[in-house]
Amino acid sequence: MKKFAWFLTLMLAFALVLSACGSPAATEAPAPEPTEAPVEEPTDAPAPAGETFRVAVVMPSAINDLAFSQSMYDALTRIQEEMGAENFEFVYSENMFNVDDAAAAIRDYASQGFDLVIGHGSQYGSSLQEIAPDFPETSFAWGTTLDTFGEPNIFAYEAASQEGGFVNGVMAATLSQSNVIGVVGPIETGDAKLYVDGFKAGVLSVKPDATVNVNYIGSFSDVALASEAATTHISAGADVLTGTAQMVVGAIGKAEENDVLWFGTQSNQSSLAPSIVVASQVYHWEGILNEMISLIKSGTLGGQSFQATLANGGEVIEFNPDSTVAADAQTLAEETIQGIIDGSITITLP
Amino acid sequence: MISDLFSVTVLIGILASGIRLATPYLYASIGETFGQRSGVLNLGVEGQMLLGAFAAFYVTLTTGNLWLGVLTAMLVGAAMGLAMAYVTVSLNAEQGISGIGFFLFGLGMSDLLFQKLMGTVETVKGFPKVYIPGLSDIPGIGEIFFSQNLLVYGAYLLVPVAWFVLNRTTLGLKIRSVGENPDAADSLGVSVARIRYFTLILGGTLSGIAGASLSIALLNVFQQNMTSGLGFIAVALVYFGAWRPVGVLAGALLFSMINSLQLWIQVLGIPVPSDIAVMMPYVLTIVVLVATVSRVRAPSALTKPFEREN
Repeated sequence: MKKFAWFLTLMLAFALVLSACGSPAATEAPAPEPTEAPVEEPTDAPAPAGETFRVAVVMPSAINDLAFSQSMYDALTRIQEEMGAENFEFVYSENMFNVDDAAAAIRDYASQGFDLVIGHGSQYGSSLQEIAPDFPETSFAWGTTLDTFGEPNIFAYEAASQEGGFVNGVMAATLSQSNVIGVVGPIETGDAKLYVDGFKAGVLSVKPDATVNVNYIGSFSDVALASEAATTHISAGADVLTGTAQMVVGAIGKAEENDVLWFGTQSNQSSLAPSIVVASQVYHWEGILNEMISLIKSGTLGGQSFQATLANGGEVIEFNPDSTVAADAQTLAEETIQGIIDGSITITLP
Repeated sequence: MISDLFSVTVLIGILASGIRLATPYLYASIGETFGQRSGVLNLGVEGQMLLGAFAAFYVTLTTGNLWLGVLTAMLVGAAMGLAMAYVTVSLNAEQGISGIGFFLFGLGMSDLLFQKLMGTVETVKGFPKVYIPGLSDIPGIGEIFFSQNLLVYGAYLLVPVAWFVLNRTTLGLKIRSVGENPDAADSLGVSVARIRYFTLILGGTLSGIAGASLSIALLNVFQQNMTSGLGFIAVALVYFGAWRPVGVLAGALLFSMINSLQLWIQVLGIPVPSDIAVMMPYVLTIVVLVATVSRVRAPSALTKPFEREN
């Protein structure tokens, strides 16, 4: 009996470590698998300098969340494929909802001598601001923001997600027959707000009299509420939906059930509902990461900020090959993307 | 715009959403009610739900059999309940801390299994809507109450059953007496340990179904931490409902209806900041709790381990 009690205690302790993920033990990234995702931007990957470049990243959700965290994981995986596992390695801590745990992990990674430590989430900013001065030899990066706190060893990055939002909005407006479009958002701030505002602007640029209903559910993880939010939009007459952050998987399910079109963002969501996903805005952080890596190798450890845009390839609109409507929408989207890149289309945010 | 709220479509939408949103709370809270009536506070509900949700989803994904999914979720929940009972009843561990431990275990284990067995978010075909013949054709009412999936109906049927068991059966009497005065119950030959094992296993089973109701009936998807605090709200609803199944039903419906109301408020473009809107269910539930609930006493032996005096 006593043995069992010990076992139980052990199991509980194990679970605690697992769930909190605050353990300094890093998860080794698996060897890259070949993917067909073409990287469109010019690859200015720095030449191998003989020594392995080591990156550690702390993410708020799981690496396979089909959203924000996955976009970073995929980017690091692509860089590893490009540079080779012997020249580039990365480790990550996922599901770091708890900022204190994340701060502990960041400090730990920094003391382990990683070349670049990334806090992939705007909630990690104040932790980095505190930790970075203690490790002047280590480079830090955080997003999504453009604020480096004036520290010489902090990089900042963000996605101009309003651009992809605008393109998605233009397509959504064209495909909507009821002229009612629904948006499921998490919390009205940062990346989500940029995307939603851009999306609205895109819809209204095509159909000024269309209705865009926006619903922020106040959570990044409440799948059940996201699902009811989608049902609410559909009851209100929406025939096209979009949404941002990892809890939208619940909303996509409702869209599929009701045969309502879906536009994704942050990561390619086509696999989840191939019949209704039209296109997704996908973040390709590798361009920005490669720039940071070159700078670090040449001795600049921070102080600069970067923005992923359609023009620099940091954002890519990926179409769902299975979508029956994608072909028409694609032409229009490509024109819009071109317009945003050459400046003939400007996005006015509220 | 405010007047839009009172259109038929919106009212039906709010009520039908509320009925669905309340479903997982009902299973979990009724299960927790049994546990607390027998004197055990189980804070591990969230963990039981997460493991139940994963078990149901994974079994359904691999076998295509929804009922097998529900059964697995029940077994997994029951096993979690059994473990909780062993720790708190046999080992007399502190209930609150043990519960948090089981929550973290469920959270971590469901995540680990998800990573190892699935790796990415997938979808299944869950329980379809069942239109109850005749009743589902009634305008409005039919759409709200009689066009839901089976697990939703089950949750509402559970309320009178739980009331009956707690108040009209010998078993219910034993459960209540063990929660109020375990010494007296013990001296009359009622096994306190056996009753508490039973209520915790039952609670775990129902929490497992609560998880399944999310992953294979309402959402048809599994994601890490998908319950996002729902299990803790379920525990709070037991207090709100003053340890009575009908009170729990009222609390679950109130919370869920206000939640669906705030979704509509945003969709209709009524100028309320989204942060205020999402706070509404929590704030109003507290207000109602303070304003209406008479000072009902919690089961006297709640959170107290039972040790026979020799």
